[in-house]
Amino acid sequence: MDPVFMGETFVTLLGGLPLTLKLAGSAVACGGLLALALAAMRLSGSLLLSAPAQAFVFVFRGTPLLVQIFLIYYGLGQFRPVLQEWGIWWFFRDAYWCALLALALNTAAYASEIVRGAVLSVPHGQVEAARACGMGPVTRFRRIVAPIALRQGLPAYSNEIVSMVKATSLASVITLMEVTFLAQKLISQTFRAIEIFVCAGAIYLLLNIVVTRLVVLLEYRLSPHLRAAPREPASAEAAHA
Amino acid sequence: MRFAKTIGLALAAVLAAGGALAQDKSWKTIRIATEGAYAPYNFMGPDGKLQGFEVDLAAELCKRMDAKCEVIAQDWDGIIPALQAGKYDAIMAGMNITDKRREVIDFSRNYTRESNGLGAELAGPLGKLPDGDVRIDLSTETPESKAVIERLRTALKGKTIGVQVSTIHANFAERYLKGAAEIREYKTTEQHDLDLLAGRIDGIFASNASERATFEKPDFKGYGLVGPKFVGGVFGGGVGVGVRKGDPELRDKFTAAINAMLADGTLKTLALKWFKVDTTPQG
Repeated sequence: MDPVFMGETFVTLLGGLPLTLKLAGSAVACGGLLALALAAMRLSGSLLLSAPAQAFVFVFRGTPLLVQIFLIYYGLGQFRPVLQEWGIWWFFRDAYWCALLALALNTAAYASEIVRGAVLSVPHGQVEAARACGMGPVTRFRRIVAPIALRQGLPAYSNEIVSMVKATSLASVITLMEVTFLAQKLISQTFRAIEIFVCAGAIYLLLNIVVTRLVVLLEYRLSPHLRAAPREPASAEAAHA
Repeated sequence: MRFAKTIGLALAAVLAAGGALAQDKSWKTIRIATEGAYAPYNFMGPDGKLQGFEVDLAAELCKRMDAKCEVIAQDWDGIIPALQAGKYDAIMAGMNITDKRREVIDFSRNYTRESNGLGAELAGPLGKLPDGDVRIDLSTETPESKAVIERLRTALKGKTIGVQVSTIHANFAERYLKGAAEIREYKTTEQHDLDLLAGRIDGIFASNASERATFEKPDFKGYGLVGPKFVGGVFGGGVGVGVRKGDPELRDKFTAAINAMLADGTLKTLALKWFKVDTTPQG
C-alpha cells in the first residue's frame, strides 16, 4: 500500500461525498415522514388504511434495493410516452430523483415497522394511567406515548440510518457519481482495487461513526431516568452527620 | 512460537493455492474472460450462453493453438484486476490496445481495428451533425482534424452524451468533448443504449460496430450513426488479446494464431459475419 496514492485517492473520493450526503439525508428525511404516515395507517385499526400500508411494507422490505433502483430507473424509462403524458417524466428522467425515490420508499418501509413497534412497546399501564388522569388522546400521545416510543425506537432507527448511508452506494449503478462510483471508476483506471476500496470503506465508516455518535447523544439526552441521580452536595451530607 | 508456526502454515497454504491457480506454462488449457454485454463482440444470447465475434474467434484461435479454452463472463470494470489476480489467463472483450493499459498488462497483436463515433436518433437534435462522412485519425493532429472537432463541440453544446466507464470512448469524451457536452458514464454499453432510447441522453459515443449492432434491433428504428468517425490517438491500436505481463509465451501464441487467421482469410470471414463490414486490421 502506497500512502501517497491513498492520500490522493481519499481526496478524489471525497468529491463524491456531497452527493452521498445529499442522497442519504434526503432519503432519511422523506422516508421518515412517509414512515410516520405508514405507521399511523397500520395502527389506525381500520383495515382500509392498514392493508395498503402492510402491502407496501411487504413489497419494499421483501425485494432487494438494487432491483428497486433498476426497476425505477431503467424499468420506468421504457414507459417514457406514458410518463410524459402524465407530466412526470422530468422526475424519472433524472437519475438523482430515481435513486432518491427508491431509497426513500425503501427506508420508509423499514422505518414504519420500527415506529409501529416503538408505539406498541409503550407500557399499557402508562397509557391507562394517563387516561385515568383525564388526558385526551392528543395530550396522551404528546406527553406519554410519543416520548416513550421515541426512546424505544431510537436504537433500531439508528441502524436504519446507518444502512441508508451505506445503501446510497447502490446509486452508483445508475450513473450517479457518488463515492462508490468514483471508487470503481478509479479502479478501472489504476487497477488498484485494495487501496481504493479501503479508502471508500473508510469514508463510509467515518460517516457512520458521526451518525451513530449523534444518535447515542440524543439517546442520552432522552433517558435521564436511566441514569443514577446526581450525588447530593458534600456539605449537605456533613450537615446530616 | 506456536502462533508463528500457525501463521507460517497458513502462508504456505496460501502460496500453495496460488501455485495451483497459476498455470503450468504449456498452455494446454486457457481461461478467457469476456464481458458478455458488448454486442456484437460478446454478449449473452437468449439462452444465457456467451455469443459474439470474440466467442467464435476464441474457439478458432484455441483450435489453432491446440488448447482447450473456457470463455467466462466478467464485469468490465474489474476485468483487468481479475486477470492480474489469476482468475483467468486472457481477456478478449473488445479491449483496445492503449498505452495506459499496456502499463499493466500485455497484448497480442490486434484482431480488429474500427472506427468510433456518435450514435443518436436521426430525427432528434443530433440527427443533423456535420461531417458525417469524415474519418479522422487522431494520432496526428492536423488543422483539418482540429476544425472537425471544433465543429463537433459546437454542435454538442448543452447536449448529454453517454459513454461506458473507463473505455477509450470515455477517454475521448474526457479529452475532446468536456466543457461542450455533458458526459454521463455507464457500466455497460447496454445501459447507455437503454437511456438513449428513454431520451435521458441525446447520444452515445461508442465503437461504430457496437452501435450498428444496437441500432439493428427493432426498438432502435430511426437511430443511427451521426457525425465524424475517429480512429487512432486515444483509441489506441485496435482490439487485441490481453494477457498478464509475465506470460509472453501465451501472448506470442495468440499473435501467431491471429496472424494465421489473417493470412488465410478466416478472420475476415468472421468479421463480416458479426460486423457486416471488414474490421480486420490493415497492415
